[in-house]
Formats: sequence, structure tokens, C-alpha cells
Amino acid sequence: MQKLIAWIDARIPLIEVWDEHLAKYYAPKNFNFWYYFGSLAILVLVIQILTGIFLTMHYKPDSKLAFASVEYIMRDVPWGWLIRYMHATGASLFFVVIYLHMFRALLYGSHRPPRELLWLIGMVIYVALMAEAFTGYLLPWGNMSFWGAQVIVSLFDAVPWVGPPVAEWIRGDFVISDATLNRFFSFHVIAVPLALVGLVYLHIVALHKVGSNNPDGIEIKRHKDKNGVPLDGIPFHPYYSVKDMVAVALFMMVFAAIMFFAPEMGGWFLEHDNFVPANPLQTPPEIKPLWYFTPYYSILRANTVNFFYIPAKLWGVFFMGLSLAMFFFLPWLDRSPVKSIRYRGWMYKTALTIFAISFVILGYLGTRPPAGIYKALAQICTILYFAFFFLMPWYTKYDKTKPEPDRVT
Amino acid sequence: MSDESTDQTRRQLLAITTGLGLAGTAVASIPFVLSMQPSARARALGAPVEVDISKLEAGQRLVFEWRGKPVWIVNRTKKMLDTLPGMAGKLVDPNSDASEQPSYAQNEWRSIKPDILVLVGICTHLGCSPLAKFVEGAASGLGRDWPGGFFCPCHGSFFDLAGRVYKDVPAPTNLVVPPHAYVSDTRIIVGLSPDEVEKNKNA
Repeated sequence: MQKLIAWIDARIPLIEVWDEHLAKYYAPKNFNFWYYFGSLAILVLVIQILTGIFLTMHYKPDSKLAFASVEYIMRDVPWGWLIRYMHATGASLFFVVIYLHMFRALLYGSHRPPRELLWLIGMVIYVALMAEAFTGYLLPWGNMSFWGAQVIVSLFDAVPWVGPPVAEWIRGDFVISDATLNRFFSFHVIAVPLALVGLVYLHIVALHKVGSNNPDGIEIKRHKDKNGVPLDGIPFHPYYSVKDMVAVALFMMVFAAIMFFAPEMGGWFLEHDNFVPANPLQTPPEIKPLWYFTPYYSILRANTVNFFYIPAKLWGVFFMGLSLAMFFFLPWLDRSPVKSIRYRGWMYKTALTIFAISFVILGYLGTRPPAGIYKALAQICTILYFAFFFLMPWYTKYDKTKPEPDRVT
Repeated sequence: MSDESTDQTRRQLLAITTGLGLAGTAVASIPFVLSMQPSARARALGAPVEVDISKLEAGQRLVFEWRGKPVWIVNRTKKMLDTLPGMAGKLVDPNSDASEQPSYAQNEWRSIKPDILVLVGICTHLGCSPLAKFVEGAASGLGRDWPGGFFCPCHGSFFDLAGRVYKDVPAPTNLVVPPHAYVSDTRIIVGLSPDEVEKNKNA
């Protein structure tokens, strides 16, 4: 065995990579609950790729056959129902895990220097994940798939001049059609997953270059022993690899419970209107995207006033794009001398709480018809959402902070 | 290496070859980008559609497909037509100046014959298909003063019985009237204008 490893190591840097990324990658010793979601996201990515490979064996990307082929997977393919429910549950839980992973960054300042690039790569992963979810959602060719894609691709139509030809180019037709389904299949099974895997690789390389942040938001590399090992660091393997296994076990229990007992999650993970085949002549009575897109959908709909010679439709598209783009600027909007919420003052704590609550409310309102009190509430929450970002340079600067400790606590 | 001076000619050659290489890559991407446009088959499927409206009763709506989109033909009653003149104050574009319709349908009914309305059933906001809400008043579920019209459930846009959009809703313009013509009293062709139909007859 030793000889085999030596033989391989002479030809490929096996031990070097193992040491650099696992056995001698020193992570801060004070990781808490919030630090589980990175490794869980990798787990879900693997689940999605594996189940996706097997679904592709039976699925047909043809507008006349797609809906029936999904039902065929559910009824006739041995264990097909399990693989499809695993893929559908995985999609929603991917976003649960990613949203918690991102919130962790906001809590402990993981987006702050020197981790700006790590954060930016992560944001690109998030956008790619949205593209992956959106293209995948068209594939069952249900009525909500069809009209959801119609609405989102029509967003491009709102942009003056270039918009309509771009929308046509994305659809490959004048409406959502077989051509659109076929190319979304191509994006969903090869283009975007390939990009995702590459981006995750970059995300990990960037993380291991700068080192992990921790709940205290201080750099453990400032205090090293004579061998150059951070005093507050412990090797990722075996300490965190074993710790993450506990999270994996708990997560898989939740996963299995949803998959076996509530795969549709009352219409939140698989929508009722999507059990009807796509009908280009009939929009479902209430159209809404899946829950993980609804905060942005609410922001889109909250713009109902023509303003400054620009129609409300274009404002909606603009603010929806901006609401996503703001995350990219976060490392430079934050001017606080400390990173972690533990040492920040009341202003950031209040702002983050209001932001998180508005995000959840916007998400809920995105699933409701936009009328009356709901419309007004969505408009208020949209303003609060943007206030978190636009006012950040000021409230983080004037906020009263507590002194950071020298070593992790 | 470091004490040698830079050979500017080689630097230039390097810059030129890199530039040409990038330009070549950009040109090579053109066929791939263009391959995603609507295919010849998709373009050919935009042929006109002829429909028979002899069985369309007053107050009813006919839905069919033209270029993959829903097209509606509504046979409006006298009462429905009477609601149109009083709407102007509630509408963004009552005279349809900023909206899309053939010139022969830019009138107070937005149609060739006052009672027969032809519309593309796609909301001008984000492409949902609005619902026909012809019942007036509280029974429509849209309030006591609802005069009848169309309602888009996706983002809450209202349209009157000529497809004209209300104020303060997300849709920017009136519903589109497609090119259409009467082949006979009871047959409408969608996709051709009356002039084109005349030309075809003479040809």
C-alpha cells in the first residue's frame, strides 16, 4: 500500500493536495452551527448531479413528449419516483442551504477583506444556481413551467431596442416552444453544471488561500507557532470532516423526511399547476415562481408607477436586477472596523434584522396575488431591502463597535 | 534574461498575434451564437390562420393559436360597446397612439367592425394571457364598479373591452391587435391585412 501511494505520488501530487486542502488545512477552532452549510451545499450538488444523470436516461426534451416522460419516470421506471423526488427536494434544499450559507457571511463578515474575491465567486455561483434552477423548472413542461419561463424571458423584452431580439434569441422562437425546451435542457444538464463545478473549485481554492473566517471575525493567521501553524487553527481533517458528518446525518434525515412524506411540500416544492401539461392558450389563474425566486419576483411587481419617462415595467426589471447586483458590492459598502456581528453595534444588528425580515416577507408576498395591502407591503419591504445596501456605508461607519479580542473566544 | 533589453519587435509580434487570435476566436463564435436564433422552420410557422366566426354568439369569445400565441375574437354586445366611450379617464392610452394595432383598427372600438374585436391574448407586461372578465359589477370579483374587460392574474393589469390598459397597473400599453381581414362576412383571416387579402384575390 505504501509503495502504491509512493508510486502515485511520484506521478501526481497526491499527498501535497491532501495535506494542503484537508490534513494540513488549518481552520479556526471556534466554528459553530452556521459553518455547516458550505459542506452541505457540496453534498447537495453531488446529489443533484447524480440524480440528474439517472433522470436524463429516461427524460425526453421534446414539447410533445416531455410531460409524459416525467410521468413515465414517476410510474413506470423502477425507483424513478424516488430519483425524481430526490432531485426536486434537492433543488429546494439547495437554496435553503445556500441562503443560510450567505446569511452566515453577513453575520460574521465573511465577505470582508481579504475575502472579497471568495464572496464574488460565491455570488457568481448563486447566479449560476438560479440559472440552473430556472432552466430545470421548464423541463417537466407543466403549465407553470411554460408560463413561468414566458414571464421571465419576457423580462428581456422590457429593455429598449436590444431586449426583443435578445428574448427571441434566448427562446429560439417567437414564443416559448420546443426549441426553448431543447436548449434549456442543454443548459440544465451540461452548460450550467459544468460552470458550477468549475466555480465551486475556484471557491474552495480561494477559501484555502485566504483561510476560513470564524464567528469572531478575526484572522487566526496573526498568531502562529514556530512551525507556522495558526495557534487557533485545527486541521480540517479529521476535526471538521468528522464534525460535518454529524450535520450530514441530520440533514439527510430532514431530506428523507421531505422526500418520503411531503415531496410536494404542499405546493411549495412542486406546484399544483405544474401537474397540468403546458397550454400556450391558458395562463394558470395565479402565476408564481418557486419559493426561492419569490423575493425578487416581489420586487419586480412592486414597481407600478411610470416615473421619469421610464415605464413601470422597465423600472421593475431594473430594480429586480439591481436587488441581485447589490450583493456583489457588499464587501465595499461595509465600512465597519470589525467583521463579526458579535462586536458590532446596534445599527448593523438592527439593519441586518430588518433586511432578513423584509427578504422573508417579500418571499411570501411573491406567492400571493399583488393587490391591496399586499402590494403596499411589498413596496415598503422593497424600500427596506435597498435601504440595507444603500445606507450601509453610513450606518456601518457611525455604528459603535466593541473591541475585537486578540484570539478566538 | 533580466539584463537583456526587451526586444520591441518581438513584443509587437506577440501583441499582433494575440490580437488576431482573439479576433479569430470572436469570429468563430458567430455561427454558434446565431444558431440559437429562431430556425427556418420556426419562421415558416408564422403563416396566417383563417377562422369561421358564424357560430360566435354576442358576448362570447373564441380562442385559437396564431404564431404560437393565443388570439381572441370577441363578439361584443351593444351594452359592451356602450361602456367604451366613458372609459377615457381611467386609461393610459385611450386613443391607442402608443399601442400596437394596424391603422385600420385604430379607432374607438379598435376593430374593423365595431362588434368584432380581434386581439393577441398576451399581456403587454410580461406575456401572461389575461382572463376574460365580461361579467360586470361585484359578481366579477373585481369590485362593484367593474364595467367588464380583461384582467391579467400574473401582475394585476386591467384592460377594458377594447383591450385598452388601465392607469396604475404594470402593463405599459394596450393589448396588441394583430393584422386581420374579413375573407367573407363570417370568416376572418389573422396574419394578413385587408390590402394583402385583396392583392391575393387579384393574383
